[in-house]
Amino acid sequence: MLSDHDHRLLKLIQQDCRLTPEELAIQTGLTVENITHKIREWEDQNVIVQYRPLINWERAGHESVSALIDVKVLPQRGYGFDKIARRLQKFPEIKAVYLMSGGYDLSLLIEGRTMQEVALFVAEKLAPLEHIQSTTTHFVLRRYKQDGIELISGDEAPQRLMISP
Amino acid sequence: MKRFLNPTVASLPPSGIRKFFDLVATMKDVISLGVGEPDFITPWTVRESGIFSLEQGQTMYTSNAGILELRQELTRHLALTLGLIYNPESEILVTVGASEAVDLAMRALLAPGDVALVPDPSYVSYAPCAIMTGADVRYVPTRASEQFRLRVEDLAEAYTPEAKLLVLSYPNNPTGAIMTREDLLPIAEFVREHDLLVLSDEIYSDLTYEGSHTAFASLPGMWERTLHLSGFSKSYAMTGWRIGYVGGHPDLIQAMTRIHQYTILCAPITAQVAAIEALRSAETAKQEMVAAYDRRRRLLVHGFREMGLSCFEPLGAFYVFPDITATKLSSEEFAEQLLHEEKVAVVPGTAFGPSGEGHIRCSYAYSTEQLKEALERISRFVWRRL
Ligand SMILES: Cc1ncc(COP(=O)(O)O)c(C=O)c1O
Repeated sequence: MLSDHDHRLLKLIQQDCRLTPEELAIQTGLTVENITHKIREWEDQNVIVQYRPLINWERAGHESVSALIDVKVLPQRGYGFDKIARRLQKFPEIKAVYLMSGGYDLSLLIEGRTMQEVALFVAEKLAPLEHIQSTTTHFVLRRYKQDGIELISGDEAPQRLMISP
Repeated sequence: MKRFLNPTVASLPPSGIRKFFDLVATMKDVISLGVGEPDFITPWTVRESGIFSLEQGQTMYTSNAGILELRQELTRHLALTLGLIYNPESEILVTVGASEAVDLAMRALLAPGDVALVPDPSYVSYAPCAIMTGADVRYVPTRASEQFRLRVEDLAEAYTPEAKLLVLSYPNNPTGAIMTREDLLPIAEFVREHDLLVLSDEIYSDLTYEGSHTAFASLPGMWERTLHLSGFSKSYAMTGWRIGYVGGHPDLIQAMTRIHQYTILCAPITAQVAAIEALRSAETAKQEMVAAYDRRRRLLVHGFREMGLSCFEPLGAFYVFPDITATKLSSEEFAEQLLHEEKVAVVPGTAFGPSGEGHIRCSYAYSTEQLKEALERISRFVWRRL
């Protein structure tokens, strides 16, 4: 079980991974040594997998297309869905692979430069794979929120009084 | 037109905060650490329930004491979190902020000739509300050397036989001081011996960063003698909704409700509905806010100590109260010069009572980026003075 302290520390790092161990120590009351040790351990154990920023590509002026694809799969004896899922995750075009409950089996997130590119990938690479029964492609039209962050808020920050009792 | 004014009102001193407010309003690009309200927005689930209640057309008066369902949720919450048992039918009154509850309590209890004992420094409204009833106020000083806890010796010193009411306000605005059960027990003993009633404003009780909060009314023999005041402004970031409450002996609550029914009628229904939702489902959101305050608190205390100022570690509310006497400036001078030279607004400690001299109140209800920038500016200012 993750201790309260560790949970808080990890969340803090997740919110802003640029905080130095010194800054983390000031804000949590833990020692710098303790924090440095913890972080190294988490890196070694692949608990902290990577450090990277959340980029709003649309705002940066870069055009790209994403699609969510529902995939129906024939499970393989002895492997279930694992074998096909592991195969799919190797494709760099596929950014996420989830096993789902409900009307289909796997959900994939695919990114490409154009709709054409994504459609071709599905038609030529994905659909013909052995054990894949069917695919349904849903193109993402707009991103409102991602990873818990509102990308489009448009609301002006409400103003507080400068001084209040 | 001044001759028409009620002399008691006319003689109320202007709030030390107001003066500063006017000054700051004339300036641009000011970073303010001067606010007494959360920077968070009310959790979405709470806002959403307010919106839904409006959509449903809940736009009427409620019963004077507040929606029964809210009073029931409140009694459940108070029992669960603080061990305080109240009857929702007769021992809880929902008010327009804790502010209204302070006013009602003073008016229901105090008469000309009575004395209210008020810790110094503390929140700005206790003394004026007491004075408006015609009662007198005696300040009980608290000090940094005692972590700004109320000591029974100081209480005894300030005591007079006319004293009827003792105000307690912990976690404290402006100092951030808390009082543990051990700290409160001798106060309870004093209250019993001198037959006092206690107005305990515990609006910051959820914002306690070490140990758990002890409600004064939960101490042996104190339930009958205590009006337990609190509200949603701080814990749930709901200042603008204007919603608070008070729990206490039915005789006292009934008297307060009588004034409330003639002057206010009831707290706004939208806010009451939202408050129910806050109690039911905003616990996680609240815990996240508390965790964020705790980090900022450490950041600010560290920052002031790095500057070479002595800064007692506040364990509650969202204020730090550093000692600025090393700069040889008074609280007001410090605040005014800091504002002019570095464009940082803080509130002089004296705005909260004479014992605030030598201190400034800095709120940490700001993002860490803003706090870091403010600290940098303040340290430039302080270093020019040391
Ligand atoms: C100690 C204390 N009590 C009461 C209040 C007023 O709270 P409310 O918004 O519930 O009226 C404040 C607000 O700053 C406060 O600091």
